[in-house]
Amino acid sequence: MSHYVNLFLQAVFTENLVLALFLGICPFLALSRRLDTAVGLGAAVVVVMTVTVPLNNIVLAYLLGPGALEWMGLAELDLRFLSLVTFIGVIAAVVQVLEMVLDRFFPALHQVLGIFLPLIAVNCAILGASLFMGERRYALDESLVYGFGSGVGWALAIVILAGLRHKLRYSDVPNGLQGAGITFICAGLMAMGFMTFSGIRF
Amino acid sequence: MRLQPKTILTDPLINDNPITYQILGLCSALAVTTSMMPALLMSLAVTAVMSIGGAVISAIRHQIPDNVRIVVQLTIIASLVIVADQILKAYAFETSRQLSVFVALIVTNCIVLGRIETFAMKNGVGASFLDGLGNGLGYSLALMSIAAIRELFGSGTLFGVTALPTIADGGWYYPNGLMILPPGVFFIVGLMIWAIRSWRVEQVEQPEFRIRHVHRTEASS
Repeated sequence: MSHYVNLFLQAVFTENLVLALFLGICPFLALSRRLDTAVGLGAAVVVVMTVTVPLNNIVLAYLLGPGALEWMGLAELDLRFLSLVTFIGVIAAVVQVLEMVLDRFFPALHQVLGIFLPLIAVNCAILGASLFMGERRYALDESLVYGFGSGVGWALAIVILAGLRHKLRYSDVPNGLQGAGITFICAGLMAMGFMTFSGIRF
Repeated sequence: MRLQPKTILTDPLINDNPITYQILGLCSALAVTTSMMPALLMSLAVTAVMSIGGAVISAIRHQIPDNVRIVVQLTIIASLVIVADQILKAYAFETSRQLSVFVALIVTNCIVLGRIETFAMKNGVGASFLDGLGNGLGYSLALMSIAAIRELFGSGTLFGVTALPTIADGGWYYPNGLMILPPGVFFIVGLMIWAIRSWRVEQVEQPEFRIRHVHRTEASS
């Protein structure tokens, strides 16, 4: 159990996708102006990552990895160079299906998450999580924890940044730093905060 | 609207720089800039993918159905990125190991898709190629400046060659670890934006509202 807790904490804090590995920075900066947008996008990212990372893990294990096509008599085949195209296809498909399912069965949720779902298909944090999963050879259960943890980490970061920017509106920022500049400085300070979690283990 | 080839090429260098003005394509820019060699390879890969991808998509822009255009664009970009990734693995294996997944992530790099959506879908092949090249060079310029600052002050070297001899090697320079760590790069980019906007004042963003100091005689009672 402690292995999963450690993996989760690592994914949320010390290897936070956006603040330590710089993935998904563009939406992180562009969509953190308002708190409610940030919460909606964060929730959508958590959902999509929790689904896509284990799914890509299965694809990698049974279709692409070395020896994965043994059942077809193609044991020596290693198709990992195709993982990029496959992962992005899987992600785009999941996003599309998720949008339809939400629209059909959870219209209220669709109202909140709807506009963010198409954006997520090109969010590099989502693809990045799947690629890191492949590179670090996570097993299926680990990839579920990792996907969920990474999503939570990303959502936490964007919600905190949105809160900070909300407060910043009342402060007197120098002209050149207005907007993008001060947001970067804030993100840097947040990254320092997240780094202090390194070394915490159970 | 007819754009001059020269402006298409030179505008993105400073005035419309992808990193510091459009604030796009940052993920890789921040992640691969701990030293200059990976940054250089990354710049080359992005510039190549952007210019070739722009030209290819512009050539078939009348054939792409509007509602599946993102998928078509992503497929073309992904194919180019796989080629770039394989070339890097073949000729610069050590550095490509350091770049890890970030070459693959050029696919979802928003500057590539952004330029294709806003420019290549509306303009001719030649102009799209130049636009991709210009934005690629602007991206490279920003990337190399960030990498130079980080490598010089973080480990006292440039392209792996000692520039400031560090204490650990018997020199005088005490390396600043913050430059190598993730928070440092946020500060560097923030300060770079501040520097550029102090020079090019027209880039300054307007605040949502200004705080006005009201003198007590003006205050309504």
